[in-house]
Amino acid sequence: MKITDGLVLDHLTIFKGAKRLVALSAHVKKGEVLTLMAPSGAGKSTALAAIVGALDPFFRQHGKIFLDGQDITDLPIHERHVGILLQDDLLFPHMSVAANLAFAMPNSGQSKGERHRLIEQTLEEVDMPLHANADPATLSGGERARVALVRCLLAEPKALLLDEPFSALDQDLRATLRLKVFELTKARALPVIMVTHEHADALAAGGEVISLMGQALDISKT
Amino acid sequence: MSPVLRPISGQDQGAFMSLWSWNGLWPAIRLSLVTGLAATLIGLAMTTALFALFQGHRIFRVFLRLVAPFLAVPHATAALALTFILAPSGWIMRGVVTLFNALGIPISQTPPDFITINDPGGLALIFGLVIKEVPFLVLMCVAAWAQCDAPRRRLVASALGYGRITGFWLTIWPVLYPQLRLPIFAVLAYSMTTVDMAMILGPSLPPSLAVQISKWITLPEPLYQGMAAAAAVVQLTLVAATLLVWRFLELMGRAISRAQFQSGIRGLSLDGPIKFFGLVFGLVGFGVLIFGLLALGIWSIAGLWPYPDVLPQTYTPRVWAEAQSGVIKATQNTVILALLSTVPAVFLVLAVLQSEFLGKRTYRIQRIIYVPLLVPQITFLPGLYQLTLTAGISGQTLTVAFAHFIFVLPYVALTMGPAFRAWDIRYAMVASAMGASRKKIFWQVRLPMLLCPILISSAVGIATSVAQFLPSQLIGAGRIETLTTEAVALTSGGNRRLIGTYGLVQSLFPAIVFGLALWVPTLTYRNRRTLRAPK
Repeated sequence: MKITDGLVLDHLTIFKGAKRLVALSAHVKKGEVLTLMAPSGAGKSTALAAIVGALDPFFRQHGKIFLDGQDITDLPIHERHVGILLQDDLLFPHMSVAANLAFAMPNSGQSKGERHRLIEQTLEEVDMPLHANADPATLSGGERARVALVRCLLAEPKALLLDEPFSALDQDLRATLRLKVFELTKARALPVIMVTHEHADALAAGGEVISLMGQALDISKT
Repeated sequence: MSPVLRPISGQDQGAFMSLWSWNGLWPAIRLSLVTGLAATLIGLAMTTALFALFQGHRIFRVFLRLVAPFLAVPHATAALALTFILAPSGWIMRGVVTLFNALGIPISQTPPDFITINDPGGLALIFGLVIKEVPFLVLMCVAAWAQCDAPRRRLVASALGYGRITGFWLTIWPVLYPQLRLPIFAVLAYSMTTVDMAMILGPSLPPSLAVQISKWITLPEPLYQGMAAAAAVVQLTLVAATLLVWRFLELMGRAISRAQFQSGIRGLSLDGPIKFFGLVFGLVGFGVLIFGLLALGIWSIAGLWPYPDVLPQTYTPRVWAEAQSGVIKATQNTVILALLSTVPAVFLVLAVLQSEFLGKRTYRIQRIIYVPLLVPQITFLPGLYQLTLTAGISGQTLTVAFAHFIFVLPYVALTMGPAFRAWDIRYAMVASAMGASRKKIFWQVRLPMLLCPILISSAVGIATSVAQFLPSQLIGAGRIETLTTEAVALTSGGNRRLIGTYGLVQSLFPAIVFGLALWVPTLTYRNRRTLRAPK
């Protein structure tokens, strides 16, 4: 099953000392969402850090991670093509919205004008057509979250990780943004892994829901 | 190789005997101890009271704005400014006499002959040291404050009914203090062994131990060279012993605080009196400094200004015209030395911090750069001078710049480290997840986001270099005149107009640098709200 599309976790196990925090085997196909649910402090972010390549050396990691058939387990973060969206938007405060997005875009020889058009087009996709030159600090929470989302996508990742990306927003914004995220990731056929402790997030994702130990969770009953 | 080691090597066995028989030894030792401990304790008390009582108030912002300009004033200038106010013929006495005359109360029309500055007890010196050390401690406290979750701790303590001082002492101090220890040790070692400030404000017969050493080493006779070396050993031992005593005080303080945790005493009544005395001392101290700087400026353009007039009768640019070439030469040297020492220091500190961030082991190197903060200049610069003589590089600009670099480096590291480490590393994570290399993240994300603190610590580096007296004087072999060496040299001549001129220019350059450090981010980031100015 290794030569395959999508994101594959092959017995990914993370230890903190002798304690096993995470034990996952999963295959997330393109356009699908896998939801990891666990209470706070259980190691959800640790699992994502391992997949993105930013695991603290304090933890021990076993198992393999494959992305579109390529073993990315030992690649540095910037060569993995795994995007990550966190609870905080982490927009670079010294750059305009457009510069934040341009920072993320790979340079595949496009002209400056082409890059700028792509940025404006992307901003339109999230209903913020006139914000290219804005200071991120002047945006609302929902706007910042949307810019962070498209910044992530403009880097052309082959998979996306969502680390409770909606939890800083209030209920209404949260539902809208959630829809937007899944709409855009489906359109780009990205395998997505989301961690959350909210049932609403998991329901909206529509995919499989498992615990950090890999057990399937039935969220309809709870 | 170093004069410090010479008497021990047995060349001058009589050196220690001569030193013991010098009857100024005990007053000098006592002066070093008293000024060091008193200046550090008072400075620390004022700094922590400021944070405990005012952090979060609107008035606190005003205090913070004042930190940069006060930090910029070189030690020697601050000392000179104080003399212009406190001396028997200074502004205070002139004011008193003028007032008495106006009221018709008889008073002597000549300066009184009681001692105000250069007092044998070292009070004027302590005063000057406190004024110079508080801004530095405040800067270090600002950096440490954010890292120990202080605002929320204070909120919890206040909500439980604790007074601000008691709440601070019980909930914030135990986590704040360890981060302040190194800067405090630096202040203590400096206060015990300063030469330039002690020459201007301290007693002269006998002077402080450090000043006496600096006098002996300029004398050619082997006896005095030996005594200087022996005294340097004594001075070094004294500093080491005092740091140990301080460590003991720390442990005592911790024991007291532990015992107090469970007492439940809220200490609300402490806040009022401490606020009152803190404000009075603070206003007096910094008022004297501000008026002193003003007095420097007025003296530099004063024509006829007899005692007890409060202002000169005539003004003239004569002194500026006469001093012009000397001032320009000294300013050039000062600027060159500041840049040659600060620019490499900033790059080295950035490199060390970044490699620490990338997980490379650099801890030992980092500790070495802090050593010059604790080892008194007067005990190792003579040795360094001997070394430059042997190597044939004494008195050259680059050699002096290197000596400055040794002292600039730890201050740059102290001021840059906390901000660099406090940077949210998740920015690096999301940037690399977008495919950015380490290099790109460092140059395009981390450095621009840290522009403000990098510029501030560069300004601190430049101010440190400008304020250096001994390294310029000794390693420069008297051949490299800086604004500071000139200003200190002028004090013995007593030409107030000339002192005013040099003192003013001496504080002008670092003040401009600090101004730039605050203004450049505002300009660069005029459209970026979060990065415009330090919080």
